[in-house]
Amino acid sequence: MGNSKAGLSFTHGVWAIVTKDLAMELRGKEILTTTLMFALLTLVIFNFAMDLTSLTVKDIAAGALWVAFLFSGSLSMNRSFLYEKEEGCLSALMLAPLDRSAIYFGKMIANLIFTLTAMVVIIPVFTVMYNVNVMESFILQSLALFMGALGFNAVGTLISAVSVNLRAREMMGPLLLLPVVAPALIAAVKISGGLIRGEPLEELTAWFQILAAFDVIYLALAWILFEHIIEE
Amino acid sequence: MSTPIDTPLIELKSVSKRFGRVAALDAVDLELRAGESVAVFGPNGAGKTTLLRIIAGLIKPTSGGLFLGGEDLTHGHHDEARKRIGYISHQSLVYPELTARENLSFYGKLYNIENAPERAESLLNDVGLKTRADDAVATYSRGMKQRLSIARALINDPDIILLDEPFTGLDQHAAEMLINLLIRLHGEQRTIVMITHNLKIGLDVSSRALIQAGGKIRFDKPVSQIDQAGFHDLYINVVGGAHY
Amino acid sequence: MKFLKDNAPIAADILAVATAVFMALSAWMVFNYAPMEEVMGWPQKIFYFHVPLAIMCYVGFLFTFIGSIGFLWKKDFVWDRVAVCGAETGVVFTILVLATGMFWGKPIWGAYWTWDPRLTTSLILLIIFSGYLILRSRVEDETLRAKYAAVMGIVGYADVPLVHYSVKLWSRGIHPVLEKKAGDPGMHPDMYMALKVCFVTFVLLFFLVFIQRLRLETLKDDVERLKTQR
Repeated sequence: MGNSKAGLSFTHGVWAIVTKDLAMELRGKEILTTTLMFALLTLVIFNFAMDLTSLTVKDIAAGALWVAFLFSGSLSMNRSFLYEKEEGCLSALMLAPLDRSAIYFGKMIANLIFTLTAMVVIIPVFTVMYNVNVMESFILQSLALFMGALGFNAVGTLISAVSVNLRAREMMGPLLLLPVVAPALIAAVKISGGLIRGEPLEELTAWFQILAAFDVIYLALAWILFEHIIEE
Repeated sequence: MSTPIDTPLIELKSVSKRFGRVAALDAVDLELRAGESVAVFGPNGAGKTTLLRIIAGLIKPTSGGLFLGGEDLTHGHHDEARKRIGYISHQSLVYPELTARENLSFYGKLYNIENAPERAESLLNDVGLKTRADDAVATYSRGMKQRLSIARALINDPDIILLDEPFTGLDQHAAEMLINLLIRLHGEQRTIVMITHNLKIGLDVSSRALIQAGGKIRFDKPVSQIDQAGFHDLYINVVGGAHY
Repeated sequence: MKFLKDNAPIAADILAVATAVFMALSAWMVFNYAPMEEVMGWPQKIFYFHVPLAIMCYVGFLFTFIGSIGFLWKKDFVWDRVAVCGAETGVVFTILVLATGMFWGKPIWGAYWTWDPRLTTSLILLIIFSGYLILRSRVEDETLRAKYAAVMGIVGYADVPLVHYSVKLWSRGIHPVLEKKAGDPGMHPDMYMALKVCFVTFVLLFFLVFIQRLRLETLKDDVERLKTQR
């Protein structure tokens, strides 16, 4: 019995989960609408809280943008594993002939795509609203945005796999996640801000190194730790 | 299957499972042969679900050993073992946001099965969901969701089928459908382990009955040797002595 | 482990006496033995307590890290207790570091709080490991609690070097850093002596608190076990 082919490859497993999450998001649009609305709201509030006049905007722009991404991201990140918990689907993923870490990487890549999508929408809006060209240095800025989003989602997906099991999980997710991403936030704001102000690349290399270290350390840790979270 | 007929298909050797300080299973020994259909009865908290989840590879025993076809799986199921198992939980294990067809197609991908669309189609037919296959599962009734979760568990054509109270939430019609399906699967020489509170249905579709209480198996007999009329009294008697 | 458990009360008593003696000695050395710093005056005395505390809070979080790895590896609750006691002691010591830093900062810098890299690093670690302790209170089942906490303990500790370097680079700080030359501690020899004695005192205090907390946690565990055995 059993008409299965040979085992599913790691990348196919990851991809199956990514496409499933994207299909679900296209149906419900819960994560993207929340993220976008909250990010937009943060920018509007920033405008009132700080005087984003043309003189100071280049100094504050990167900070406002990253805070918007991080806060909106940490709120919607919670949904990710809630989908797997609600009807016990995580058990079904664990029953399937699939490496445990493929579940993590599938969820992480889907979350990363949501963050990047939010960035693609928010940055043009920000550019128009505050009259500052964020993408002036296009390639380096894209790299910084990607590396920041990767680090945030690497540790965020891991922590949301934990926080989904806690009482008051809506509060616990951001509470656990935001302090841990502090180094990535500092580095990302420094790089993005530096690029907007047109600082020379040499002054930003150290920050790129910190951001890269953050990404590598948390991807490696998640790869090791994730199965410990879901195994009983 | 490569398993010789005289070695048990599934074997638990003195398996214990503790959650914190609570012992859910207490040194359980159990041998299941290929083609057996086993009903597991017992009160809530007897450790029935834990037993099923250990066989499924969802949790690992605290001590003792689990063997499948003589192979030691105590420290986890490899891919080949997982492909042989179908599991129906008391949760539906399907995504409410997706349609029935999308759910089956996703799980089909995970099991890397050939002819996935045809397989999904015939399963949807088997559980009577063909007309609603393209509706989001969130719009389904409890019974329909339960039928889809049965189809989901069979997507990989498993020869070991584990069911955790599959009759909960099913209406008369759906329950009959499931009974017929179970009888058919048993007829195809698949191994079935089913937890149920319904003594009558359990005995009707099974070849062997277990009663579990307090983390131990307290009763184990072929259904052919059981006096069905007196089984309820027997059950109360067996269970009554156990702490739960 | 049994040897440690049987001898823990004696060890704790010895530690308590030693800590008391050294604490008195430290106080005497700081205020009577070490010379008055010419520029800063009295507030400089805080330095003798602040520096050892700052080092010992990292030791506390290191215990959390080791305990977390130990639990995930061995699934033994002894390691979980080491982790939680390390975090609690570390958090209390970090609060003391921030408090002493602020009392020193007011007269010297003119403000209680400055976003100085070392203070900022301590603050972020305080928030991370307070989160670790809050997480523990949000799970009923003790196996799950130990497991989730262990993951968070490792994730949090891995952040220590990242926070340290990023915050250091972020602000070239105003924190006084002793100019170190070979064989020269950068301060008056009597000050250095007082600092060394204070350091020994706070090592003793740390382990006294840590061991007592560990004993309490072990006793709690024994009580729970006796309750379920009935």
